[in-house]
Amino acid sequence: MNKPAVDQTRTIDRVNATLKQRYNRERRFRRFGLAAVILGLLFVALMFLNIISQGYSAFYQTRILLDIEYRQEVIDPAGERDPATLSAADYAALVKSALRALYPDVKGRGEKRELYGMVSSGAALVLRQRVMSDPELIGSRQALWLPADDDIDMLVKGRIDRNAPESERRIKNRVLAWVEQLEARGAIEKQFNLGFLTGGDSREPELAGIGGAVMGSLYTLIVTLLLSFPIGVATALYLEEFAPRNRWTDLVEVNINNLAAVPSIVFGLLGLAVFINFFGLPRSAPLVGGMVLTLMTLPTIIIASRAALKAVPPSIREAALGIGASRTQTVFHHVLPLAMPGMLTGTIIGMAQALGETAPLLMIGMVAFIVDIPGGPMDPATVLPVQIFLWADSPERAFMEKTSAAIMVLLGFLILMNVIAVILRKRFERRW
Amino acid sequence: MLSITPDTVALGAARKGVITAGFSPVADDARAINGTVGDITSADPRMTARNVNVYYGDKLAINNVSLDIGVNEVIAMIGPSGCGKSTFLRCLNRMNDTIDICRVEGEIRLDDQDIYDSGLDVVPLRAQVGMVFQKPNPFPKSIYDNVAYGPRIHGLTSNKNDLDEVVEQALLKAGLWDEVKDRLDEVGTGLSGGQQQRLCIARTIAVAPEVILMDEPCSALDPIATARIEELIDELREQYTIAIVTHSMQQAARVSQRTAYFHLGELVEVGKTDDIFTTPRHRLTEDYITGRFG
Ligand SMILES: Nc1ncnc2c1ncn2[C@@H]1O[C@H](COP(=O)(O)OP(=O)(O)O)[C@@H](O)[C@H]1O
Ligand SMILES: [Mg+2]
Repeated sequence: MNKPAVDQTRTIDRVNATLKQRYNRERRFRRFGLAAVILGLLFVALMFLNIISQGYSAFYQTRILLDIEYRQEVIDPAGERDPATLSAADYAALVKSALRALYPDVKGRGEKRELYGMVSSGAALVLRQRVMSDPELIGSRQALWLPADDDIDMLVKGRIDRNAPESERRIKNRVLAWVEQLEARGAIEKQFNLGFLTGGDSREPELAGIGGAVMGSLYTLIVTLLLSFPIGVATALYLEEFAPRNRWTDLVEVNINNLAAVPSIVFGLLGLAVFINFFGLPRSAPLVGGMVLTLMTLPTIIIASRAALKAVPPSIREAALGIGASRTQTVFHHVLPLAMPGMLTGTIIGMAQALGETAPLLMIGMVAFIVDIPGGPMDPATVLPVQIFLWADSPERAFMEKTSAAIMVLLGFLILMNVIAVILRKRFERRW
Repeated sequence: MLSITPDTVALGAARKGVITAGFSPVADDARAINGTVGDITSADPRMTARNVNVYYGDKLAINNVSLDIGVNEVIAMIGPSGCGKSTFLRCLNRMNDTIDICRVEGEIRLDDQDIYDSGLDVVPLRAQVGMVFQKPNPFPKSIYDNVAYGPRIHGLTSNKNDLDEVVEQALLKAGLWDEVKDRLDEVGTGLSGGQQQRLCIARTIAVAPEVILMDEPCSALDPIATARIEELIDELREQYTIAIVTHSMQQAARVSQRTAYFHLGELVEVGKTDDIFTTPRHRLTEDYITGRFG
């Protein structure tokens, strides 16, 4: 700069000389970014494709059309229509005789067991439920679609290779022939499996449903939300707007940030020690699950809420204080509404974390095998991710598709929550 | 040059009132800097500040400033940036309370009330001493709600009709009514910069304060919007006491009756605006006014 005589070239020439290189660098950077995004999307797409192709078939269930005769001598020999007798009757016998009627040539115990094994043990439950709700059925005949056993289900869904040698196939040639006969008559088909969405867990894959886990997750999340949102927002408000800045608040702040990094299973141990062992709350209950997940989500909500409060321009606070609003009025009339979208986003992110959390719930017994659908936050329950874990752990081939389907349901809920977050934000933002 | 002693308050008490005696105009900086040149008092004071020191942490930002702010007059505070004009102004309605490290010493009275009295509630104080800020800061709410907010929280009106009336009057006084009367429910942040600042003024006067503090209210506005606000300040003088900080000497000359010149945290000179701009008595004032620095 100080020796203009040396460098006679004009600035513009020097700029032009480096221009190409600059643009190249820019283009390269943009391409890297794009490649990263595409790679990411590719993995997501692959994951979805894999899960959906594995899991969609769980929403269908193979059923066999059987001609059921509700025989009086089996169901209610005394003819008193006593509910206790009706409930305890041997409905499996009705299913068995219907099967025998279909294949009269079947002889021998082994062969018969194979024949009976084609139909799920849940078929008897279907019959019992029908008779209990309508005892008039006794004595009549009815053609019914009853659930097939999980191996038959897998066969019909094409997940068992029919051409494999018998020794390597879970289905014997004999059974395969029976299924093919049924197929020829149109007496076996895949039907929509409502029970998967509404039913509880079961040892039998064809009967297992996600309903119990969904309800368990729902109760757990409601408890988590009801506890963590007010506590988290109140904590953030106090720390950010009211607390004096001193050593104690610094300590609290550091500890909250540290809590966010504590492995979630530790919160499970804490919940076990405090809520269950000390306060005597029931095991496996969504209430306790929700309380444990509250401990886990609180730091997330507090940190997000404080960031949202910090982002409110100080000029708004000054404006309110300047016309004589008290500190509380300033906070509740102006700062909080402006911070709300950020707080809600933080909360939903926390809730989504809580929805996918497994480890701390294992510690408080929400991993138990529970058939009944929970009716409230005190009933024993499990949650979606734990259900996925349990099914993934089961040996039956048919649980594989259930696992993938449960993951689909879980992802569906997560997407739903994100949509709600976006809608809520839009709602709040439009008010301003 | 600045001697900060803990007993400045006691010292200052002796220097109350006119402290110009014995000064030869525009000379002898060494003596003049320790006191204020000119008459710090006002015939009919609304606010009186005596021996005010303000610290940010250990840093002294305002050194021993005494000044009266008179009824129905506009007092302009000028000086190079960083000299403490805003700091002093914010002492007058205790906005400095919101800054943790800020500490105020000395005595400031509104009428006969010591506003730094430990038992004093800042909420009614700020209702009496309103403030308009450098950057227009309307609430992100409707124009109506912006103006109605003060009366609402202070419970100044008992019904909707009264509130409507207060809002209309405030907007009329702020010269904004004609521009917004058909769209009172649109958001205040959607207005132009000058309109936003007038909305902020309307919001302040809706509470019917006695004193209005303005901290460079036109620094973010274009010349036309500035002229509107200056006109408005002149009109508002009839009913309110106004203290305005400005970095524009022309603005100070146009809108104020008295002018106070601050330099490095000290109040160097104060007097009638006409006198200050025609015959400044302190060299620092003269240097600033003639544009030699600042
Ligand atoms: N919040 C604050 N914290 C620390 N120092 C401050 C703060 N506000 C202002 N100061 C200091 O006080 C002095 C006066 O500032 P200010 O009153 O804003 O000056 P002016 O308004 O005249 O430009 C400056 O030196 C500034 O750095
Ligand atoms: Mg300033």
